[in-house]
Amino acid sequence: MRKIVGMASAAALVAIFALAQVVSAGGQAGGWNAEQRQRIASLSLAALPPMPADPSNAVADDPAAAALGKRLFADTRLSANGKVACATCHDPDKQFQDGLAVGHGVGTGNRRTMPIAGTAYSPWMFWDGRADSQWAQALGPLENPLEHGSDRASVVRVVVEHYAADYAAVFGAPVEAQPVDRVFANVGKAIAAFERTILPGGTRFDAYADAIGRGEASALLSAEETAGLGLFMGKGKCLDCHNGPLFTDNSFHNIGVPATPDDLGRMAGAAKVQADPFNCLGPFSDARPEQCMELAFIKAEGEELRGAFKTPSLRGVSGRAPFMHAGQLASIADVLAHYNAAPAATVGHSELTRINLTAEELTALAAFLDTLGSDEPNGD
Amino acid sequence: MNLVKFWPLPVAAIVVAAGGYAFASMQAPADLDDSLSHASDHGLYAVSIAPAVDPVPVGQLHAWTVAVTTPDGAPVDATVAFDGGMPQHGHGLPTVPKVMGKDAEGRAIIGGVRFNMPGWWELKVHVDGAAGDDTATFNIAL
Ligand code: HEC
Ligand code: HEC
Repeated sequence: MRKIVGMASAAALVAIFALAQVVSAGGQAGGWNAEQRQRIASLSLAALPPMPADPSNAVADDPAAAALGKRLFADTRLSANGKVACATCHDPDKQFQDGLAVGHGVGTGNRRTMPIAGTAYSPWMFWDGRADSQWAQALGPLENPLEHGSDRASVVRVVVEHYAADYAAVFGAPVEAQPVDRVFANVGKAIAAFERTILPGGTRFDAYADAIGRGEASALLSAEETAGLGLFMGKGKCLDCHNGPLFTDNSFHNIGVPATPDDLGRMAGAAKVQADPFNCLGPFSDARPEQCMELAFIKAEGEELRGAFKTPSLRGVSGRAPFMHAGQLASIADVLAHYNAAPAATVGHSELTRINLTAEELTALAAFLDTLGSDEPNGD
Repeated sequence: MNLVKFWPLPVAAIVVAAGGYAFASMQAPADLDDSLSHASDHGLYAVSIAPAVDPVPVGQLHAWTVAVTTPDGAPVDATVAFDGGMPQHGHGLPTVPKVMGKDAEGRAIIGGVRFNMPGWWELKVHVDGAAGDDTATFNIAL
């Protein structure tokens, strides 16, 4: 169920890699110094640590809960008009997102649908981090009038009518015997167990990074893509925020993307997650208070939170236009032009400084981003 | 994960496995004073700080310890606060570290430190003791 690299693509990569070895036999060592090699290796999926436990969700790693969650994820009966499921916006065939500037459910929202692969590694969910676990997150759209547009009593009714046996098997009690809020939270926990199985797949870049990490030469990336990688880590300063195997620091930054007026980003999200009854410290969490580390040390105040949004993963990014928290930028070229110009923010202050890349360098950087894959993550 | 093995339990609990990965490389102004043990800015105290994880990770919540003495090394009973940021980026730490207690040697245990990017970080320890208020400033390069 949890496969990082599909068998077929793994075999293909081995074949490409063998070819690359022949091509580059006796060739350049990539031209990277020891520090660069270490940084490149730190971006490989092979460097991804074991998935962090979610102590707030007792069924997080229960396969039966994941199977139940998978069905709930695709169930349109959990919406006000019977037409919207999580999978409507988080389409498994489109990297669990929808390719739209802003989400369309029962109504139209004001933020872009986020992909789901690897979110089990993220301490905060949503662009503004207003939920602190996958299960707390899942409860948001169900009652959001613009998304599922449902309410918890109706959600519980669907569970009673269609999932009673599976529910009782996973949660150890008949659904009718539990209070509405408890059942509602458990729906989120089952969906979260499913989401924990959705991970990014291996890419050509990973095979390259692993070879470089071993101190080998590799021709898996072209000269242009390699130049783009150098810019990503160096002059472009992308690694400042898009770091680690998932290319995200899991933090919040204001990068001056034209913001929706009144969208304060993390400044509002930090306050909301602390007040959320479904957070790690709340009555529906399975964690002991001392396990809620992220909430204990949350940065909830400060001007830098104004207009700051969560750094998105760049795995598969080329296949997910349009970009940014409300789809403000249509193409990768637009995104890179934005970083090059580093415009002042319309809300708060941008952290960016100009990077002054030439047209050729921008093309190389875009070519590098393409090596991070654009195919669907593994989701079953 | 490289955790300090013989650390008292509370710190072990603070050093959570939060999807971290380590950078050990250096990238900061060449002339940076990177000593983790020196006098506070106005010379009122001698302050030493130490990470509970080696190498210091990027991305992962972890703990530090802070030891404060008089300039001659005599013990001091002081309140400390820990703070940090990136001078070249104009932002602070992504978390708000807190004093969690003291270890067996009387050093303050600071929980909840996270560095979310490689590069030069400035760490500040504010000391409030009998000799007055002072701040010790440290640099680390990740
Ligand atoms: C109408 C479209 C829509 C539906 C339906 C929907 N989502 Fe989303 N999803 C979004 C949007 C838009 C965001 C970002 C919202 C924000 O930041 O305010 C998002 C964010 C998320 C995230 C956060 C990812 C991250 O990296 O932080 C997860 C996880 C997620 N949704 C899962 C779900 C689940 C589970 C369901 C069903 C219970 C669901 N979504 C239903 C549109 C939708
Ligand atoms: C200061 C931190 C920071 C730096 C530096 C940075 N990014 Fe980003 N990046 C972000 C954040 C935050 C967002 C989302 C911003 C938003 O929606 O408001 C983002 C969004 C993106 C996106 C759109 C992804 C999506 O799913 O919408 C791409 C592509 C991207 N960055 C690439 C880069 C590249 C290439 C560089 C280097 C030239 C770079 N970033 C440098 C923080 C950063």
